Amino acid sequence: MAEYTLKLRRYDPQSGEAPYYEEYRVDLEPHRSVLEAILMVKNEQDGSVGIRCSCRAAICGSCGVRINGRPGLACHTHLDKAANTGVNSDGTTILVEPMGNMPVIKDLIVDMDAVHWKKIQRVTPWLINKEPVPEREYIVPHENMVDVTQSMACIQCGACVSDCLSMEVDPLFVGPAASAKAYRFVGDPRDAEQFERLKDLAEDPHGIFDCTHCFTCIDACPKGVAPMSQIMRLRRITTNDHHIVDRNNGERHERAFTSLIRGYGLLHEAELLPRSYGGDSWFGKFHPAAGQELLSSLPVVVKGLMRGKMSPKLALLGHRIPSRDLKAVQAIFETVESKDRRYELNLYITGYEDGDEDVGVPAAVAAGDDGMPSAPGPDPHQPTSASESESA
Amino acid sequence: MKVAYWPGCVSRGFTPELHGSMAAVAPLLDIELVELDRACCSGAGVIAEHSQELADTLNARTFALAQAVQGADLMMNICSTCQGAHGESQERLDANTEYRDHVNGTLAAEGLSYEKGLTNKNFLWLLVEEIGLENLKKKVKRPLTNLKVGPFYGCYIVRPTDRLGIDDEHPRDAYLHWVIEALGGTVIDYAGIHKCCGFPIVTMNKQASLKQAGTHLADAQDAEADCLVVPCPLCHLNLDLQQPVAKKAVGRDDLAMPVLHLPQLVGLALGLEPKQLGMNKHVVKPTSVIDWSAAVVGAPVPA
Repeated sequence: MAEYTLKLRRYDPQSGEAPYYEEYRVDLEPHRSVLEAILMVKNEQDGSVGIRCSCRAAICGSCGVRINGRPGLACHTHLDKAANTGVNSDGTTILVEPMGNMPVIKDLIVDMDAVHWKKIQRVTPWLINKEPVPEREYIVPHENMVDVTQSMACIQCGACVSDCLSMEVDPLFVGPAASAKAYRFVGDPRDAEQFERLKDLAEDPHGIFDCTHCFTCIDACPKGVAPMSQIMRLRRITTNDHHIVDRNNGERHERAFTSLIRGYGLLHEAELLPRSYGGDSWFGKFHPAAGQELLSSLPVVVKGLMRGKMSPKLALLGHRIPSRDLKAVQAIFETVESKDRRYELNLYITGYEDGDEDVGVPAAVAAGDDGMPSAPGPDPHQPTSASESESA
Repeated sequence: MKVAYWPGCVSRGFTPELHGSMAAVAPLLDIELVELDRACCSGAGVIAEHSQELADTLNARTFALAQAVQGADLMMNICSTCQGAHGESQERLDANTEYRDHVNGTLAAEGLSYEKGLTNKNFLWLLVEEIGLENLKKKVKRPLTNLKVGPFYGCYIVRPTDRLGIDDEHPRDAYLHWVIEALGGTVIDYAGIHKCCGFPIVTMNKQASLKQAGTHLADAQDAEADCLVVPCPLCHLNLDLQQPVAKKAVGRDDLAMPVLHLPQLVGLALGLEPKQLGMNKHVVKPTSVIDWSAAVVGAPVPA
């Protein structure tokens, strides 16, 4: 047995009083769960503590909370691990708070309907059949279904939503859980509306291009769904397969970045911004959208130049790697971009060679795969985004 | 120790003071930097977003160049974003022989090949794990006494924890705290320590991006930090270069928060002058905001 201090955030919005923290002492073995400790407090010390739970086996997704500042399932976190989590941990105190980004109903219970489920509904979370519907079952290639199993592992606990850093500043962001759900259907060859789904999420100012790539959802997820990785796959199919040029600069930014590296080997920062707004060529900066952005950024640019942060020469010409190496880099672009099938390795599916006996082979995940005839794919006659634009 | 050194693009572009201060600090720490000047951009996650295989192949080329540096103990990054992008590529390359062979097949045209198991560390990790905090303390000539420093880690060297090897034995998400203390400074605790600076979405959702930067700056200032320290030049762009607009995004005209690169903070404590460390190149000049008379530069350097 070990003694822990459970520090719970208490709040009842209907009471009109401010939130406060209350400490309880619990004696439990270190391998018992945080949920068991909370329920023990509720049963033996204070029946008014509010917590939602059901299965106690990390499958129902009800007991999402923040433990020492990190989101997770209370039933899936051992007391010893919890007490040692976080930079300021002392080994015995366990701070339990409700999940973030969602309004609190009472104590550790948040309003999932107000945020999480609304966002899930927003991505049309069901399959839209391709017509004609087959008389019996759809035949789907194994690798396609394996590809979407990662997003199917989601138990809707909301841990990723809780700590999404984009949602913290933009509550309208579609968010990690709903994006993973969107990929569940975008990646399914039976779905009829891959293009429409992606166009919708790309054009939404709070859609897939609003993700700030902070990896928080990857760490938060108790099921290994890696929502951010699913968002990157949504972006990849949007830009590379469907060439959807969105109003949020998502496609232009990716294209400009990639082609600048192809042209210079290093990032030409001064070109990236105007091209992301105005289109991927040296003339991009003369596009009205780029002009407007450059004008609004002018004070920042002038200050940077004044401080000697960048020389005018660097700002105009950029920097590049030696020409022999640049040729080698461009040859890599040529080789990889000329393939009509994407070669992707998803470690969630294949596992790691070391310490993992069951190692699969890398799956070529591509729209246009054999056995996936009706899915839109990269047209071999159509140059890919990066090869389309030679460097300025 | 000799390291194959990848400075990244931005440290030689829009934040030249980062590359400069690293070069100034390295000899004081007995680090020999062999610059990987033939290598290309890590892709910063954007090339991987476009094509995973392309990003992995370009980074495998960088790793192969690092492995070809004679006598180097390991590879070192000073850009967290490069560190994260490299880590992601290396994880896939190391996990699967068939995939690695496939990527090496593309590199063969140039006579290069990546061999599994490169050690690639951020300067922060290297400070703690290779140089050691005790050793670092001994080198301090001008302790950062009375300097209240807010650590800002950035995303790429703290998440995802599994890939980055963060565990009980290697709490790399606490190293910046340790280094500040080893240099004699005081760590300021504030909400944004492990959050995102917002830079990756600055072209897609500028307001949200600036709000992120502004919020962290305001939180740090309200917690009475004298300055922030960052191990990532992209965080520096959003927190320093963009600070005049970020403070407007959160309605805080009073914000004036100097943001130091990690090698600058180390350099100050090791006795270098702010100008030698390029601190005059910042938009929010540390020399004009911090009251140095009571701390660091104002304090005499012991002989």
